Amino acid sequence: MGVYLNKDTKVIVQGITGGTARFHTKQMLEYGTKIVGGVTPKKGGTEVEGVPVYNTLQEAVNQTGATVSVIYVPAPFAADAIIEAVDAELDLVICITEHIPVLDMVKVRRYMEGKKTRLIGPNCPGVITADECKVGIMPGYIHKKGHIGVVSRSGTLTYEAVHQLSEAGYGQTTAVGIGGDPVNGTNFIDVLQAFNEDPETEAVIMIGEIGGTAEEEAAEWVKANMNKPVVGFIGGATAPPGKRMGHAGAIISGGKGTAAEKIRIMEESGIAVADTPAVIGETMIKVLQEKGLAEKCKTH
Amino acid sequence: MNIHEYQGKEVLREFGVKVPNGHVAYTVDEAVEAAEKLGTAVTVVKAQIHAGGRGKAGGVKVAKNLDEVRTYADEILGKTLVTHQTGPEGKEVKRLLIEEGCDIKKEYYIGVVLDRATSRVVMMASEEGGTEIEEVAAETPEKIFKEVIDPVVGLAPYQARRLAFNINIPDELVGKTVKFMTGLYEAFVAKDCSIAEINPLVTTGDGEVMALDAKLNFDDNALYRQSEITELRDLDEEDEKEIEASKYDLSYVALDGNIGCMVNGAGLAMSTMDIIKYFGGEPANFLDVGGGATAEKVTEAFKIILSDPNVKGIFVNIFGGIMKCDVIAEGVVEATKQVGLEIPLVVRLEGTNVDLGKKILNESGLNITSADSMADGAEKIVSMVK
Repeated sequence: MGVYLNKDTKVIVQGITGGTARFHTKQMLEYGTKIVGGVTPKKGGTEVEGVPVYNTLQEAVNQTGATVSVIYVPAPFAADAIIEAVDAELDLVICITEHIPVLDMVKVRRYMEGKKTRLIGPNCPGVITADECKVGIMPGYIHKKGHIGVVSRSGTLTYEAVHQLSEAGYGQTTAVGIGGDPVNGTNFIDVLQAFNEDPETEAVIMIGEIGGTAEEEAAEWVKANMNKPVVGFIGGATAPPGKRMGHAGAIISGGKGTAAEKIRIMEESGIAVADTPAVIGETMIKVLQEKGLAEKCKTH
Repeated sequence: MNIHEYQGKEVLREFGVKVPNGHVAYTVDEAVEAAEKLGTAVTVVKAQIHAGGRGKAGGVKVAKNLDEVRTYADEILGKTLVTHQTGPEGKEVKRLLIEEGCDIKKEYYIGVVLDRATSRVVMMASEEGGTEIEEVAAETPEKIFKEVIDPVVGLAPYQARRLAFNINIPDELVGKTVKFMTGLYEAFVAKDCSIAEINPLVTTGDGEVMALDAKLNFDDNALYRQSEITELRDLDEEDEKEIEASKYDLSYVALDGNIGCMVNGAGLAMSTMDIIKYFGGEPANFLDVGGGATAEKVTEAFKIILSDPNVKGIFVNIFGGIMKCDVIAEGVVEATKQVGLEIPLVVRLEGTNVDLGKKILNESGLNITSADSMADGAEKIVSMVK
């Protein structure tokens, strides 16, 4: 189980002939992901890692019956790739590409209104349902199958949290990277809702960072709707205001989006917030013990 | 990316946004010449630095004749202005804007920003011009009006009119205000701005609506298609180490502490700073080497960290995903060979090719302290630097 992806999910790689895409297509295939096709204009008829390449996404979908795509297309062309996926009526499109101009994303979001496709990212590590399907760039081996859901704005912090859980013997259902950009397709609340409805997921880790108010809104939602325990962490407590910290969305502006404010509202909403990124796993285990879920969630 | 006020006004002029006439000056003589060319009774001498609060810091003066222009230009050029946005070290003034004075009736505020909650561009306006908008938002939020803009339609004229009426622009100037707002939004979109702030917007005695100040910031991700804007970059306004880092696509932010950090991934890089602070240390920088870094890029990153004289120790914290640990290790070894290493170095490696990375470091003969986890590494470097 888990959310968004499972062992039967058929996936297309957009921009499959690029260097990064080739490397990760191989990695995803090795993990067991059903990569059924790729798209690169004018490379139709060729193959990458034994996967057939098509000129257009619609053709790839028609030929393979895929419902999910992953985008490795360079930033100047990535917005177009997302719109192509929306027009092909895919269920889910995961955009790994970083550095997409934000006004391109404003248009993309406007275009997606009323359409069926869900976008995850951009500027994200992707989504992985442990032992079933990996779509993105995360190191597969750290993920173990289990009962904890993970949602995060940061790639490497997700790895950190997953690694801590797996080392301690607590596997995961799905880890979802929603990306570090100010305008993205899927927010914390969407993913928390999916985990809340997933019978396999017993508890959720939510990793945020400075900038915007997505964590505050998610905390309010958790307080009102979530029936599973949530553990949190916020990166950037020491970041100076007005400076963009790597991610386009990680900036404190006009006194808004500070870590202190996010942590305060999360704690008020009943979320246990880890003091440092080194104890995210520990904090989760403590919460599981308090709720009597530790035994059920200990998987290996 | 930021640009100067005078450059911002030139950009806005292209879009039909009314701004006062003015010229840039790099020397006192140029300033006087510019004032002569303007030929107005009153001239404003304005320091050009990438920071707000210039007026309060003595960087804006009103001159009534050419002698006063000379006096003020001489006083401001070369002066180090300290404002709430420059930090305590301040910024040296190297350029002036010499601008025609105008007969201000009333000051307003207009800002265009990205609204993350709606994923749309929003235009904000307020009657409280000349004050920091954050202050207005905190004290009298009811005086800020917002219009959410549909990217397909653009700023609709009725929205601009509604803003103008809400902030009590006199009826006879509403038409000019709508034209101003429309041009401002068009400039924002055409030039890929991240912020376009006019504070103050003024109405004048002779019935004009114009931008007395202009702050434009641009989306770094869109600079590849904004060559005219890229040319306006002023390297004097940026940190030297940050300029060097940007050449190698490294994401670097200079801070005040003494522990240099090299990390992959923005979230982990921020959290590494946090955990250093948690254990009682002070980070010297934020540095994300990114996912696709080569050994050469890592070498440059390491050199940039070492070029900061405040750095008394380095913490390398890597969780390899795309980034391979052996690449990091090779870069660290190469950099220390090139520049020498006389301060403590703690390395924590995890993820892709971790064993290979550790082997390279062990065989390098360098004096490296290895750490088992992020917390272990942070504690070690903090105690070694103290």
